[in-house]
Amino acid sequence: MTDRLETAANPEGLNRVVIEPLTRVEGHGKVTLLQDDDHHIHQVRLHIAEFRGFEKFIQGRPYWELPVLVQRLCGICPVSHHLAAAKATDALVGCEALTPTAEKIRRLMHYGQVLQSHALHFFHLSSPDLLFGFDDDIAHRNIFGVIEDYPEIARQGVLLRKFGQEVIRVTAGKRIHGTGAIPGGVNKPVSGEERDYLLADVRQMIEWGQQAVELTRRIFMESPDYHREFAGFDSNMLSLVAQDGAFELYHGGLRALDENGATLFDHADCQDYDRLLHEEVRSWSYMKFPFIVKAGQRDGWYRVGPLARVNNADYFPTPLAEQEAQSFRELDAGRPVQASLAYHWARMIELLYCAEAIGILLEDDDISGTELVRRGEMQHRGVGVIEAPRGTLFHHYEINDDGLVEKANLIVSTTHNNQAMNEAIRQVANRYLDGKELNEGLLNHIEVAIRAYDPCLSCATHALGKMPLEVRLVSSGGELVDRLVKSPAGEVAHGS
Amino acid sequence: MNTRKTFRMDGRTIPFEDGQSIIDAALAAGEYIPHLCHNPEFTPHGSCRVCTVDVDGRMVSACTQPAAEGQQVVNNSDPVNHYRRRLLQMLFVEGNHVCPGCEKSGACQLQAVAYYTGMLAPHFTHFFPRREVDASHPDTVIDFNRCILCELCVRASRDVDGKNVFSISGRGIQSRLIINSNTGRLGDSDYDRADKAASVCPVGAILPKHQGYEVPIGERLYDQRPISVVGDVAQAKQGDNGDG
Ligand code: SF4
Repeated sequence: MTDRLETAANPEGLNRVVIEPLTRVEGHGKVTLLQDDDHHIHQVRLHIAEFRGFEKFIQGRPYWELPVLVQRLCGICPVSHHLAAAKATDALVGCEALTPTAEKIRRLMHYGQVLQSHALHFFHLSSPDLLFGFDDDIAHRNIFGVIEDYPEIARQGVLLRKFGQEVIRVTAGKRIHGTGAIPGGVNKPVSGEERDYLLADVRQMIEWGQQAVELTRRIFMESPDYHREFAGFDSNMLSLVAQDGAFELYHGGLRALDENGATLFDHADCQDYDRLLHEEVRSWSYMKFPFIVKAGQRDGWYRVGPLARVNNADYFPTPLAEQEAQSFRELDAGRPVQASLAYHWARMIELLYCAEAIGILLEDDDISGTELVRRGEMQHRGVGVIEAPRGTLFHHYEINDDGLVEKANLIVSTTHNNQAMNEAIRQVANRYLDGKELNEGLLNHIEVAIRAYDPCLSCATHALGKMPLEVRLVSSGGELVDRLVKSPAGEVAHGS
Repeated sequence: MNTRKTFRMDGRTIPFEDGQSIIDAALAAGEYIPHLCHNPEFTPHGSCRVCTVDVDGRMVSACTQPAAEGQQVVNNSDPVNHYRRRLLQMLFVEGNHVCPGCEKSGACQLQAVAYYTGMLAPHFTHFFPRREVDASHPDTVIDFNRCILCELCVRASRDVDGKNVFSISGRGIQSRLIINSNTGRLGDSDYDRADKAASVCPVGAILPKHQGYEVPIGERLYDQRPISVVGDVAQAKQGDNGDG
């Protein structure tokens, strides 16, 4: 733990370094470091100006608009919000179980989303760091460098992503901001033609998925100790699991394990999420800090997303992903893997799982069924939870007798990982930056740690290599000592 | 003897009956003139002005202007469409139109006419008025954010349903749709979902409750073909399913 780095004892007189905006992460965020004149680090914080206005914006809106309206919250993984909201509205319309057709089409949509999101994150955003090293020349350490040096890997990334988007288009009607899921079900089945179209590519996707897992495994195992230690720390893990403990992305109970794999809660009903998890507000961040109530405010923080899911699942229901998960579990001899950089490996196991699961669903006749919607008695409260690409996502709505939203609460994946990301960058700052004069390569270590979590701060990562970045070193007297600027073209220059 | 009277519109000869408006004569001949508050089933209203055409050098609304022998009408020209776009832009900024979350999207006349006339952006500053949603009725929701004051519901309730459920109150920019009930809420009025007023709204202001996107994107009325082909012009051209 690096608690001492959250708040410097005597911040006055320290130099402030700001990394803003963070690059190759979704959205707008910044990191601030406080250094003394000998370059020792006293405080490290990840700040996120996350847009939370949506909860207010949807108050007074009819509940049946929610799945389509709230997905606009984010252009990065709208399907996750679309489905989490649809699940919450299922509860509102009293739909206890979807029809097989509706559930399978929604799963298909969701797996398409996770597959494309993971492909994007790994191939476009993170592979430059992993293939070239964290302090490789910045002009080369980007997707264009990957295209030049590893054209086949870059091509696979593009085509995997495209496949995922096509699955979304077929099930949701559009590649972005579709309308497939509606309260109590879906609005259309998958036609025979659409199924054949997707089936034609699925074998290839599974094969590339296997290669992607192999690549991330190999990179990790090239220097296992370094990769374990880099931003490595122990934490609790939270995810959904299926009723039998299997890996689950769409629907199940909540499982929380501590750093040794002991159960904090298991198969918990997501409708009770607000009794299991609380959120702490800290004065210096817009983003809340959630914690597991049972483990307490201090120790109850946890991680979500691929690492948590692969750790928490007893097994994978698809054969190839299970095979890969077994070798992942061996890394720390069955103890939950804690390395932040193992997120990449876990993410690719999930990508492989999605490709396999899409293949299975496409062979299932239910996806062309005609029973699309089920409804029961209207309810006033609905909670929907889903494992979004970046982790557990909660949507909670309360409506009045007229069907209008009175209260909304969303906990997005990135928020769950808030403490963990802060922890990760403190580890890195402490180990690699402390006592050193900062340069771009060192600062990129901080970003590498954040990127492992694939945070969706909202919209920036996809402008890979195009994000302007400015780092200022200000002396204790408030004077600008140094300034590093990365231009939209990716060139880094010292300036005053 | 064939003595039907005619006028000329955009180079075409349009026949008309005595007393027929320019828009009705044009629709009957399969010629689309953009419009919102006009519905051939109701008496003309002339409030939205989107059907404005140039008649012998004067800008007039085609729904209230009787057709006359020998008129020269300009309908589909750049200046006329520019004028229409400005009117549409004002309608958009006066309300709160969040099309991506609106159930009517794809089947909405305001949206479809905006596409048809090539409106790309609102141009004017949004008013962002604070307006309520009335969901007090068990079957129908009224979203005042999307009301364009076309008065079709007012006319339908008064002239067809014989109920006078709706009315317009206030003047000028303060004008707003109100409901005739003790509380001012639809649930307390004698409105019924079988009323004509329930199905005439050209936009997403009066909609059935509990229904959101049951019809997928791509399968809605104006998703495939423009309003100039599939709107009421298609019905007016009897026997022709809008393929013309
Ligand atoms: S009523 Fe029409 S223009 Fe207004 S938000 Fe709905 S679809 Fe858009």
